[in-house]
Amino acid sequence: MSINGKKVIEILNKIADVIDNNKAFLSELDAAIGDGDHGINMSKGLFAVREKLRDNEGKNIGDILKITGMALVSNVGGASGPLYGTAFMKAAMAVNGKEEIDIKDFKNILEEALKGIKMRGKGQAGEKTMIDALEPALNVLSKAIEEGLSSKECLYKAKEAAREGVEYTKTIAATKGRASYLGERSIGHQDPGATSSYLILDTIYKEI
Amino acid sequence: MVSMVIVSHSQKIAEGVMELAKQMAPEVSIEAAGGTCDGRLGTDIEKIISAIEKVYSDDGVLILFDLGSAFMNTEIALEMLPEEMRAKVEIIDLPLVEGAISASVECTVGRNLKEIKDNLKNMAMGKIM
Repeated sequence: MSINGKKVIEILNKIADVIDNNKAFLSELDAAIGDGDHGINMSKGLFAVREKLRDNEGKNIGDILKITGMALVSNVGGASGPLYGTAFMKAAMAVNGKEEIDIKDFKNILEEALKGIKMRGKGQAGEKTMIDALEPALNVLSKAIEEGLSSKECLYKAKEAAREGVEYTKTIAATKGRASYLGERSIGHQDPGATSSYLILDTIYKEI
Repeated sequence: MVSMVIVSHSQKIAEGVMELAKQMAPEVSIEAAGGTCDGRLGTDIEKIISAIEKVYSDDGVLILFDLGSAFMNTEIALEMLPEEMRAKVEIIDLPLVEGAISASVECTVGRNLKEIKDNLKNMAMGKIM
């Protein structure tokens, strides 16, 4: 796998489309256990990302991710702004100056993104958050790369692990975020942040 | 005198808390940073930075917040401040209304940031992990 800056921008635009197409669904999930704005917030944020990257030449992938992070931080309301924003900004540092990235770079991106989210949100797995999709995805991705699987297979396994993580969030109570105010009543509902994380990974898998 | 910024998901809440605190301590500089730039519920880094800049002095600024992303966005706002300013701005874990009133009184009697944080630490709610 070798992805250049222009392709990264294409993928981000596709992510913006997918999230926009799913915004009602994401907001519904968020309405059940939160304040109901996750879909709208993410869509607005990614629209701003699209605008900011419109004239980008695609020469520096780190820069593209940093611009993405800053646009998200400034335009996504709720907790997703600082969380996804920090994720992209930290990920940017892993690939600063690179014109092309491979599957190992993607693993580093995901690793730094997850570290950023945990640092910003003070979260960990098992609290019914986006971490419950992203951490299994990273673990599976790392293992698949070590086993020498093709990039496409690695990404497939990673996004499947994220999907299973989303299913897992249905079974636990939230101990983080607005949903934590619902406690046990949040059981049975899938987490919106984990869902949007899965949709992002799924889109990346489909686009490579 | 230490000044204060009230960060809330709601502009109405931030302004209301500011009003109440100012009643107790009219000499303290307090600024409200509530809601988003386009008037919706949520918090906004630009608003927070702007509020800090408005009340900033060498005595420092104390920032109170309501929930979750208010704290995260305030953290990011602080990360964006110039080094000398950032060293004198502190986020404090307090119940928003009662904490703002207690903090404003502490400010008005001339206590410094460290003293205020020490004196009010029993009001902490575990909002900052």
